[in-house]
Amino acid sequence: MNIQLRFFASVREAVGTSQETVALPATVQTVGEVRAWLRERGGAWAEALAEGRALRMACNQQMTDAGARISEGCEIAFFPPVTGG
Amino acid sequence: MPIRVQTQDFDLGAEVAALRAGQPQVGAVVAFVGTVRDMNEGAGVSEMELEHYPGMTEKALEDIVAQARARWNIFDALVIHRVGPLRPLDQIVLVAVTSAHRGEAFDACEFIMDYLKTEAPFWKKEQTPHGARWVDARVTDDQALAKWGIRSSNTGTPE
Repeated sequence: MNIQLRFFASVREAVGTSQETVALPATVQTVGEVRAWLRERGGAWAEALAEGRALRMACNQQMTDAGARISEGCEIAFFPPVTGG
Repeated sequence: MPIRVQTQDFDLGAEVAALRAGQPQVGAVVAFVGTVRDMNEGAGVSEMELEHYPGMTEKALEDIVAQARARWNIFDALVIHRVGPLRPLDQIVLVAVTSAHRGEAFDACEFIMDYLKTEAPFWKKEQTPHGARWVDARVTDDQALAKWGIRSSNTGTPE
């Protein structure tokens, strides 16, 4: 399955990219599993997406949680807690 | 247009005038303006950069306004949020609400701001004498939203 990844703010700076398209192995089916799969890249990825770190996730531009299922062509975003207003 | 994300400044008087123009049923206008402070978390702030998630930001703000409309009997709501480089004294955000009576407008305006603080994808990066830093989210903002019966995990750990 191919999906689009987006990264913002401190997460974007840490991993050094704002977006990319990735082909996922069949075992990766939820937003949380995408996060865990990206951690396997190690280094800044493992740190920025570490379990226990406050991180928010969006699927197709809607806030979501780790259990949300992903679908072909969807846009998954990872970013720190929001600080607007 | 009730939602605007823009780099340029806004004029409170002009925006409120436009919001209630030709609307004689309006008896109350409540407006909140958020501005850039020169001090945050014990350090002087000389400049800040506001980043957002184009596309999602507009959807999130439209959803927030729709929720306010569902809860209160209001006529209209306007949200303007600036992005890009900002300095102390600059205006950041405007929320303006019109209704027949003040109660609905006060509540809806506060609700929209509380919701925006924890659910709209904006991030502030400050320039201080110690260097640049991303602003930390506040637990008090999650608590502010909780008083409307909505749980936010903005500062928490969802996993």
